[in-house]
Amino acid sequence: MKIKIFFFISYILIATSAYTSENQNNLLEVYKNLRCLVCQGQSIADSNSDFAATIKLVVQDQFKEGKTEDEIYKFLTSKYGEWIVYQPSFSKNNFLLWFLPYAVLIFGGFIIFAIVRKTKYNRVN
Amino acid sequence: MKNNILKIVIFSFVIFSLLVFWQGLKKNNNYDTKNLIGSKISKFHLIEINNINQYISEEDLKKNKFTLINFFASWCAPCRTEHKYLLSLTSKNKDIKIVGINFKDKKKNAINFLEELGNPYNFVGKDEDGKISILFGIYGIPESILIDSDLTIIKKIVGPIDNIQYNEILKLVQ
Repeated sequence: MKIKIFFFISYILIATSAYTSENQNNLLEVYKNLRCLVCQGQSIADSNSDFAATIKLVVQDQFKEGKTEDEIYKFLTSKYGEWIVYQPSFSKNNFLLWFLPYAVLIFGGFIIFAIVRKTKYNRVN
Repeated sequence: MKNNILKIVIFSFVIFSLLVFWQGLKKNNNYDTKNLIGSKISKFHLIEINNINQYISEEDLKKNKFTLINFFASWCAPCRTEHKYLLSLTSKNKDIKIVGINFKDKKKNAINFLEELGNPYNFVGKDEDGKISILFGIYGIPESILIDSDLTIIKKIVGPIDNIQYNEILKLVQ
């Protein structure tokens, strides 16, 4: 009987700590994607400023209320603008930001391909 | 021929990139929350600084023609400089009500602050942990938000109210 109780308590403790650490990781992910508006190049996760501390409290509250990561970003964006999130949402104002790296990659690939082909062609001739 | 096309494509790409960077440089990167103007304020529950049983919400502000929500603290030096304008606002225009939100402050210090400089507020609430400030898009104090009876933000002042902003507020509420 004692062994059963021991295993039961151990199971509860492990499950609780796993749940807590998962929650902590989720929170950390959100903090990392939020910019500290009063700091120089720091995220909310990195900063110990007053503003960062308050944002952390608000994010924790919203997590407890069951809000998703996207809902939290949407709320903070409505108050502080797109600038508060490191990964802005896709819009007509920033479509270049999303597509330009891919365009550059394809364009670069095309140039390399053209150069390689030309070099090969020159060698053959 | 092929070489020429490649050169034109590369040249166009370089010009395009330079234009993008040029536009980026011209853009003002100073952060402000002016984008909140025209939007409605969030729901809130503000407890009175002296009496935890007394509180106001956004519904109470609908009764006022104009409300200036002012975030202040006794430890904030610029709050002292703007205080005379707040005192003058209520005496100059009866249509404007001022709600003071005491931000991350000690109750005793806040009361001393108001006793020393005068109380321009129709209601003084407390925001001990700063969570209410986030609802209003505040990132430092003093900050003030002018709203109308529809709860729409008309003006947002980041930093202390000065003579220019004081006159602008008076103009807006006329």
